Amino acid sequence: MKQSITLGKVTNFVGLGFLSTLKDLFTGKLEREDLKNVLRKTVVPLASMLLFIGLWHLGAKSLYNIEAEFKIEKALTDQGPEAADALRSCIASGDSSCQPNTLPSPSQVWDSYKSLLRDHNIIKADKAAFIEKTAVLNEKRLAEGKDAITYTGRPSFVDQIFRSLKTVFAGFLLALFIAVPLGIFIGLSPTLKSAFNWFIQIFKPVSPVVWYLLVFMIVKTLLIDSSEDSSFTISFISVGFCSMWATLVNTAMGVATVDKDYINVAKVLKLGPFQKIFKVVLPSSLPLIFTGLKITLSVAWMVLIAIELLAQSPGLGLFVWEEFQNGANDSNAKIIVAMFVIGIIGFLLDRIMLTIQNWVSFDKTEGI
Amino acid sequence: MSVIIENKQSDILKKQIFPSHEVMLDLKNLKKVYPTPKGDYVVLEDLNLQIRKEEFVTIIGHSGCGKTTMLSMIAGLNPISDGHISVLGKHIKGPGPDRGVIFQAPSLMPWMTSLQNVLLGVNKVFPHATKAQRHDIAKYYLQKVGLEDAFDKKASDLSQGMQQRVGIARAFAIKPKVLLLDEPFGMLDSLTRGELQDILIEIWNKEKITAVMITHDVDEAIFLADRVVMMTSGPKAKIGDILNIDFERPRTRKSVLEHDDYYKYRKHLIDFLEH
Repeated sequence: MKQSITLGKVTNFVGLGFLSTLKDLFTGKLEREDLKNVLRKTVVPLASMLLFIGLWHLGAKSLYNIEAEFKIEKALTDQGPEAADALRSCIASGDSSCQPNTLPSPSQVWDSYKSLLRDHNIIKADKAAFIEKTAVLNEKRLAEGKDAITYTGRPSFVDQIFRSLKTVFAGFLLALFIAVPLGIFIGLSPTLKSAFNWFIQIFKPVSPVVWYLLVFMIVKTLLIDSSEDSSFTISFISVGFCSMWATLVNTAMGVATVDKDYINVAKVLKLGPFQKIFKVVLPSSLPLIFTGLKITLSVAWMVLIAIELLAQSPGLGLFVWEEFQNGANDSNAKIIVAMFVIGIIGFLLDRIMLTIQNWVSFDKTEGI
Repeated sequence: MSVIIENKQSDILKKQIFPSHEVMLDLKNLKKVYPTPKGDYVVLEDLNLQIRKEEFVTIIGHSGCGKTTMLSMIAGLNPISDGHISVLGKHIKGPGPDRGVIFQAPSLMPWMTSLQNVLLGVNKVFPHATKAQRHDIAKYYLQKVGLEDAFDKKASDLSQGMQQRVGIARAFAIKPKVLLLDEPFGMLDSLTRGELQDILIEIWNKEKITAVMITHDVDEAIFLADRVVMMTSGPKAKIGDILNIDFERPRTRKSVLEHDDYYKYRKHLIDFLEH
C-alpha cells in the first residue's frame, strides 16, 4: 500500500499522472465519479492516437494512388500501352523497384522501424566480433606504441541517437555555463544590462544555420593544426549558442525581479554580496532559471537536427539527410521513424527537466 | 483649526523631550520629499519624535499619511531628504542589524526552513559564536513564538500566521537595539492577530527591546504601547498628538479591557482619527 502511494506520487511528479489513474482502473480502486476523469485521461488520448493513425493511413493511401496514377499515365504517353500495363501489374505486385515514392503508410513506417533495429543488432554483433578479433593485435600494437585499430564501420540508427544526445548535452552544458553566470551578472547590474542588451537583442533571433556558419568560421581557424574531425565540436558549440538565449534572458529577469521584500530582508540583515547572491537572489530566481533551461534544452534538441545536417556530424540530423539523399525504397519510411524518435526524445527531455525543476524549486506550481 | 493643532503639537513636544541618556531613537526635523513631474511632493515635514529606551511606541494615522515611509526611513531602506535619525546618539547611515524589522508580509525566504530563516540573521550578527550556539539562539526564539515543532518545516508550507511568528523570531533573534514593526498583523484574521499580539508582548516583556510599531487597529495600539503617536494626514504629515498609556506591565488583554481608562484612551484616538 505504502509503495503504491509513493509510486503514484512519483508518476504525478514527473507529469505522467495518467499512469497511476490507469493503475487504479485495473486495481478497481476507482469510484464511479472518477470514471469520467479516467475516460478523459486515458481513453481519449488513445482514441485520438488511433484516429491519427487512421487518418494517416488513408492520407498515405490516397497520395500513393495519385502518385501511381501519374506514373502509369506518364508511361502511357511516353512509352505506349504495353509499358503502362507492365507498370500497373508491377505496382500491384508490390515489387519494390517500381513503387511510387510518397508519404509512407503507418505499417511501412513500423516495418522500417523493425528493420532499423535489426540493422542495429547486426552492426552491434559485427562490432563485437571486430573487437574480439582485433583484441590481441591491438594489445601488441599498444605495446609497440602504435594506435589501436578501431571499428570504422557504418554507425547504426541507435548509435546515431546516442551521438545526437551526446551533442545536445554538450551544447546544453555549454549554454548553461555561459548563460546562467552571465544572466546573473546582467540581472544584478543595470550597467551590464545596458552593455549587453543590444547584443542579446541582435543575436537572439539569429537562425541556427547562420550560427553554424559563424562557429564554423571561428573553430575551423582555431583548430587549423588539428587533424581531428571538428564536426562534433562545431555542432555542439553551435547548438549551445543557438539555445542559450532563453536561459540568459530568464536568468537575468529572475535575478532582476527578486521580490523586493527578500532584498529588504537582505539589506536589514546587511548580508554581504556573496551571501546575498547565494542565499537570496539565486534561490528565489531558480524557478525562472529552470524555465529558461527547459526552453534551452528543447531548442537545443530542435536545432540539433539542422546543425548536424549542415556540419555532417553523425547523428539523427545526418541520418535524416542521408536517407533523403539516398532515395531508397524505404528511405521515406525511415525519415518518418526518425521524426517520431526525435519527437519522443524531445518530449522525454522536457519531462526530465520538469522533474528536476519541481525537485529544486520552492515554487511548486504545476508545469505543462 | 490648524493653528490650534500647531499650538497643541508644540505643547506636546515641549512636554515630551527627554534627557539624552534616556533616548534610544531620535528623529529630528525629519523630511521626506518625492520629486514628481509636477514638482516635489512632501510626505513628511518637520517631524520630531524621541523614543526612550525600553519603550513600546505605536504609530497610528490614516492610510497614506507617511507612517510606512517614516518607518522605512528609520530602517534605513528609504533615504532621508532632510533632518536626521539617530540611534543612541549616532546618526544612521543605511540599514543595519541594530534595527530589526518585522515586515507587513512575513517576507521569509520560502525555500528555507523556519530555522534557516532565523539563522540567516543570527549567523550574520553572531559570526564568532559556534554553530551550536547559533542554532541554540535561533531555536530559543522559535520556541518562544510557539514553533518548537516546526524548525525544519519549509517556510512555504507554513500558514500566514506561522510565517509571521517566524518573522517575529527572526527579528528578536538578532538582538537589535530597536525593533520596527510595519503593521505586522495587518494581513491576519482577528483570532490569529490576537494570538500573535499576545506572543509579541510576552517576548517583548522579557527582552524590552525599544519598539516602534505601525498599526491601523486602535485596540492593538492601546494594548501594546507605552505611548500612541498619532500622525496627521499627508501631505506634509507630522506628529498630531501623543497619548500616554499608563497601564502597568505586564498586561493581559482582560485587565486592559476592564481598566477604567481604556475607553477614555480609545475615544481619544478615535476622535483624533475622525476629526
